[in-house]
Amino acid sequence: MSYHVNERGYFGTFGGAYIPEMLYPNVEELRTKYLDIIYEPKFQEEYQQLLRDYVGRPSPLYLAERLSEKYGATIYLKREDLNHTGAHKINNTVGQILLAQRLGKKRIIAETGAGQHGVATATVCALKGIECVVYMGAVDIERQAPNVARMKMMGATVIPAISGSQTLKDATNEALRDWINNPVDTHYIIGSAVGPHPYPDMVARFQAIISEETKWQLKEKTGKENPDYIMACVGGGSNAIGMFYHFLDHADVKLIAVEAAGKGVDSGESAATTYLGTEGVLHGSRSIVMQTPDGQVIEPYSISAGLDYPGIGPQHAHLHTSQRAQYVSVTDDEALNAGLELTRLEGIIPAIESAHAFAYLNKMKFKGDETVVVCLSGRGDKDLDNYMKYFGF
Amino acid sequence: MNRINQLFDQKKENILSIYFTAGYPELNSTLDIAQALEEAGADFLEIGIPYSDPLADGPVIQNSSLKSIENGMTLPILFDQLKDLRKRVTIPVLLMGYVNPILQYGVEKFCASCKEVGVDGVIAPDLPMYEYEEMYMDCFKSNNLSNIFLITPQTSDERIRKIDELSNGFIYLLSSSSTTGKDVSLSDITENYFSRLKNMNLKNPTMIGFGISDNKSFNKAAQYANGAIVGSAFVKLLSEDNYMEKIPDFISSLKGKQEFA
Repeated sequence: MSYHVNERGYFGTFGGAYIPEMLYPNVEELRTKYLDIIYEPKFQEEYQQLLRDYVGRPSPLYLAERLSEKYGATIYLKREDLNHTGAHKINNTVGQILLAQRLGKKRIIAETGAGQHGVATATVCALKGIECVVYMGAVDIERQAPNVARMKMMGATVIPAISGSQTLKDATNEALRDWINNPVDTHYIIGSAVGPHPYPDMVARFQAIISEETKWQLKEKTGKENPDYIMACVGGGSNAIGMFYHFLDHADVKLIAVEAAGKGVDSGESAATTYLGTEGVLHGSRSIVMQTPDGQVIEPYSISAGLDYPGIGPQHAHLHTSQRAQYVSVTDDEALNAGLELTRLEGIIPAIESAHAFAYLNKMKFKGDETVVVCLSGRGDKDLDNYMKYFGF
Repeated sequence: MNRINQLFDQKKENILSIYFTAGYPELNSTLDIAQALEEAGADFLEIGIPYSDPLADGPVIQNSSLKSIENGMTLPILFDQLKDLRKRVTIPVLLMGYVNPILQYGVEKFCASCKEVGVDGVIAPDLPMYEYEEMYMDCFKSNNLSNIFLITPQTSDERIRKIDELSNGFIYLLSSSSTTGKDVSLSDITENYFSRLKNMNLKNPTMIGFGISDNKSFNKAAQYANGAIVGSAFVKLLSEDNYMEKIPDFISSLKGKQEFA
């Protein structure tokens, strides 16, 4: 079975481009050009150089000894938190800004949940001197204030999305509306592995650097070709797909994607899409969506702004239904406690998003000799308020 | 030959279509509004299916959509309301909505329900052309439904040809790429766009929509197409008190003719 996109833009039955005509010319331009541009040698040269000298790649693959001891496995952390701007999001924005330049675009728009993608977009726009507008849910602006300040300092305009639940879904709607109203000269840098084809595939290719490095780093450190387990948190799913990418065709590598259960999968306040969702169309692609029987999208909930999304990327929907990867979930409480545990065991404060992946470690049954790679997708500075409040420090 | 084809056969210019969201402002206002619009002189109607995430819509239609969902509107309820459609309305009626609620209802069942209640066409802006052509076109045709495509100034000639070939009814022209209800100054219309379209000699009639809000913009649009579509401006009227009483004046002022008042 293929886990990659087919020539029509689908992963199995998921994907496609369900967009109004106003978006078609821009999306079609991307579709016909993205592979040629990305794999052009000059592009690759510039992209790799920026990843190395600007982002700080390769990001370390770190053996977490005390965490390993606690869970009875050899646990490595892929340190995307050490990237410039503090998360994996910059891998994609560096790629897309170079793409946007080659398409002759003069203005960049983006959506953001936790603000990490917004910051990563504002950063590359500052780097290249391009106008940047970021849409962010009004609720998220509130709970991720440090990132809002960083975006503004970079010169970006942050526009609050005030519709719906005022979170990531609504920010994405507003960004798409902006693109409809600015059909020429604007490029939309989608931050997650969602949206109409070719976005899910394009974002996955830019994030695939995570697993590409992991492969050789693991070999260097352990002599092993592959780990036994790979774990990553998933909202739309960009860090997870990047972490899985080069292992998708190695069936012996078990892939575990951890969704945000919020206050519990059946509490009515959750973002565990694969558990709660059904097949549907959201933000331009066919995937799994949290929705009513009538096709109205249900407002999700998670303490983590980056996972607070009622859909999942179409490639993930395919990995889920084909059972190539296992989709599980953990609650707010479990994630926050795992965040504190990682901090106390390893001296690393993870983003609450990333903490979800760690929270699933204690539900795993390791035999003792397995190698596990957990994607530490972002650092937790932006979440200090939430951690402080929860633990009463 | 459905009611849409008949209308465009008989009338070639100044055709006025009105969009409004089903179940707004009240759950059961749908048919009353439809009937009032026909009586006031609208040539055909587009009834919107509400959706939680209407990404091509501006604030006015977004709000009507959310209110309609709050009112309890669903597709099964809408089709139930429309059972009496043809007792009360004779002009062509289309349903306009995003693809997800239609997919959840089931496309084939949706087409059959449309035919059953006397709906003549469908506008589903985010239904991909390839999916329509490969999966649903036969179903649309066997239920005598027109599928309406959109064109913007950025749509390529090649794609316009393809749309013209697949269309049956009319083609929906956007004067510029925008979300609904945006103040589009029609004086800014690139003459290029419309003369390009004119020179293509499309087989289908055309209607201009998005940004048409008054007599001036209606007349301007009607110069370039068979008529124009008014959406947000009418939905805004529905948010006012005594909206039913205001419908005749609204329509006659759009048309600039007093005899409908």
